[in-house]
Amino acid sequence: MDNIVGKKSGLTWAVHISMAVLVALWLFPTLGLFVSSFRTADQISSSGWWSALSTQERQVPAIRVGGDEVEVDGRFVIEGRLFSATDATLSAWGTTSTAPEANAPGDVVELNDGVTLTVAEDGAYVLSSPVTTEGTRLPRIFSTATTPPEFTLENYRAILFEPSNTDGMSRAFFNTLTVTIPATIIPILVAAFAAYALAWMDFPGRALLIAAIVGLLVVPLQLALIPLLKLHNDIGIGKGYLGTWLAHTGFGLPLAIYLLRNYMVGLPRDIIECAKVDGASDFQIFTRIILPLSFPALASFAIFQFLWTWNDLLVSLVFLIDSTGQTTVMTKQIVELLGTRGGNWEILATAAFISIAVPLLVFFAMQKYLVRGLLAGSVK
Amino acid sequence: MAELKLKNVEKAYGEVKVLSNINLDIKTGELIVFVGPSGCGKSTLLRMIAGLEKITGGDFSIDGARMNEVPPAQRGIAMVFQSYALYPHMTVRDNMSFALKIAKKSQAEIDAAVAKAAKILQLEPYLDRLPKALSGGQRQRVAIGRSIVRDPKVYLFDEPLSNLDAALRVATRLEIAQLKESMPNSTMIYVTHDQVEAMTLASRIVVLAGGGISQVGTPLELYERPRNEFVAQFIGSPAMNLMAGEVIGTGAQTRVRLANGGEAVSNVPTLAADQGLKVNIGVRPEDLVATSGPAIFTGAVEITEALGEVTLLYFKRAGADAQVVAKLPGIHTDVRHKTVALGADPAKVHLFAQGQSLLYR
Repeated sequence: MDNIVGKKSGLTWAVHISMAVLVALWLFPTLGLFVSSFRTADQISSSGWWSALSTQERQVPAIRVGGDEVEVDGRFVIEGRLFSATDATLSAWGTTSTAPEANAPGDVVELNDGVTLTVAEDGAYVLSSPVTTEGTRLPRIFSTATTPPEFTLENYRAILFEPSNTDGMSRAFFNTLTVTIPATIIPILVAAFAAYALAWMDFPGRALLIAAIVGLLVVPLQLALIPLLKLHNDIGIGKGYLGTWLAHTGFGLPLAIYLLRNYMVGLPRDIIECAKVDGASDFQIFTRIILPLSFPALASFAIFQFLWTWNDLLVSLVFLIDSTGQTTVMTKQIVELLGTRGGNWEILATAAFISIAVPLLVFFAMQKYLVRGLLAGSVK
Repeated sequence: MAELKLKNVEKAYGEVKVLSNINLDIKTGELIVFVGPSGCGKSTLLRMIAGLEKITGGDFSIDGARMNEVPPAQRGIAMVFQSYALYPHMTVRDNMSFALKIAKKSQAEIDAAVAKAAKILQLEPYLDRLPKALSGGQRQRVAIGRSIVRDPKVYLFDEPLSNLDAALRVATRLEIAQLKESMPNSTMIYVTHDQVEAMTLASRIVVLAGGGISQVGTPLELYERPRNEFVAQFIGSPAMNLMAGEVIGTGAQTRVRLANGGEAVSNVPTLAADQGLKVNIGVRPEDLVATSGPAIFTGAVEITEALGEVTLLYFKRAGADAQVVAKLPGIHTDVRHKTVALGADPAKVHLFAQGQSLLYR
C-alpha cells in the first residue's frame, strides 16, 4: 500500500536525500577550487574560500614606519601609507604586538620624547617628532583592516601564460588534449561498426564474440601494461602518442562495443527491416539510420571515454611520458607540482581547476544528449 | 502489375513447422487479406513474401520469377509496418524519399513522387515535420505514403490499423479502400485479425489456422459457405452456433435430430449412406428466429445485451453444446428468463461432419 497517490514512500525520501548529499559532495570541492584559484597566497592562508565573497577584517602584518623626513614648523615629520589598496579601511591600530588594536583611526598617540603618531582610516600615517629621528629605530604599526572581496587572474597568468615558468601547465594542457581527442574518437569509430554488426547482422559465432567482449570487460588494465609496452617497443612504436592512443583504444573498446551494441539492439527491428525493404544496404542502414539514432549512446560513451582518458595518469606514464618531459600530461604535471610547490595552494588550486575545467565543460555541453530521447515518434 | 504464386510454401524454425502446404495464387489487382487467430502465422507469411523471413520450403514467385532467395529490395514490394517504422530522425519528406534516394533517383523525380503521394494522402502541410510531431493517423498515412512513392508491384500491409483508435480506424480503413480503388493495377496483401477489416476491404480472404490455409474465398463465400467449423466460427460475430446431432433424413434436404432434443432441417444435400451420421449443425446468431413450429433449440434466455440496432440473447446451456446465442434486430429487454423456441431457414443451416462442411465433399 506504499504507492497510494499522494503518499511518498520512505524510499523516495532516501533518494532525494542521497541526491542532495551527492550534489553537495560534488559541488563544494569544485566551487572551493574555483574560488581559491582566483585568490592570492595571502588570502588563502588567512581565510577560507567561503569568506572570499564577503568583506573581511583581518590583521595586517606589522609595518615599520619609514620614509623621508621633512621639517615642518620646527618638527620633523614622516608621512606614508600602510597599504596601497585604496579601498581597504583601517578599523584599529597599535604600536605594540601586545596591543595591536589599542587605537582607533585618527587617534593621535604620544610615543616617548614628544614623538606623536597618527594613522588615518585610509591607512595614511603621520609621525611627528621634535628632534630628528634619523639614526633612531622607528616604531612599528600593527593594524587591523577590512578589505572588500578581491580576486586576481594572476594565478592563471602565471600557470598558463608565463613562458619562463617551468611548472607551467600550458604544454601539459595541450599534450593532454593531444592524447584525449584521438583516444575518444578512435574507439567510438571502431566500436560503432562492431556494435552494429553484433546487434543486427547475422553471422556464425556472433554470440561467442559478444560473450568474449563481455569477458574482456573484466580484464584489469594493469595486467596488460607491461606486455603491451614490450610489444610497442618491439614493433617500433616505442613511447609516444600513437602508442597511447592505441592503448586507450584497446582498453576502451570492450565497454564501448558492449554499451553501443546493447543500445543498438534495442532500436526497433521494424525500422531496420523497413530500411531493408526500402533497398538500403547494411552500410547505408548503419550510416543513415543507426548512427543518427544511436547519437545519445555515442555521446554518453564519448563522455565516459573522454573523462577517463583526460584523468588518466597510469596509461600516460607507461606509454607516453619519457625522460625529456616534453610529453608530460596534466595529471603528471599536478603530481610534480605537489612535490615542488606543495605549499603554494594558489598554484595547486589553479592547476587543479584547469584540469577539471574541460571535463566540466564537456559534461555540461553534452548532457542534454544523455537525457534526450531521439526515438520519440518512430513507433507507436 | 504482379501475380504472386505460392506453391507448397512452408516455414520451419528448426524442427518446428509453423506454416506448411501454403498454396495460393494472387492475381493482379487483388486485395488479399490474411486473417486468423493470434499465432497462426499470418504475419510470418507476409514477412516471407516481403523477404524478411526465409522461406524454408516450396516456391514463391512474382510474375513467374522465383523470389525465394531474392533480397527484399529487389522483389518490387513495399511494406507498411504495424508500428509504422518511420525513421524518427527524418522529416516526413525525407521518410518518403528515403527509398528513392537509396535507389539513386534524380531529385526532380523524387520531388514529383513525394508531391504526388503527399497529395493523395493529404500530407502536404506536414512534409517538413518530424514523425514525433504527427498524430497516429498522420503517421500511418506517412507509412503508406512511403510505400506509394516507390510505385511497387505489391503492397504489403501488416496490421496497419491496429494502433489506431476506433474512429480513426474506420476512417483510415475507408482511405485504404479508396486508395485501392485509385490504383486498380496494384496488388495488395493485407494482414489483420479484425474480421470487419477483412470483410470490408478484401477481394479475397485467406483464413489461416493451425499452420495452414483453412479457406480462401471472397468475403461472402466465407460467410455463406464456410468450408469448416473453424472458418464458420471465425467469420461473423458473435460466432456461429454449433449443435451436435445425428442425421435422420437424407436427400436434397437433410433432417437432423439434435442432442438437445430439437430438430433441424438444412438445405445441404446428403446421401442415403449418411443416415445416422454424427454431425454438428451450424446456425449464425442472426439466422435464429422465434418459431411456433418444430424448434432447433428451446431454452430460457439467461442474459440479454441490447446494442441498439440488435439485441444479443444468451441462452442457458443445454447438454454438451456451447452456449447458444441469438441476434434479434431491434431492442428486446423483456425477454430475459423467458423460454423461447428458435428455428431457422433451412438455407441458413450448415452441416459439419468431423469439422468439415458437408457442402464441399
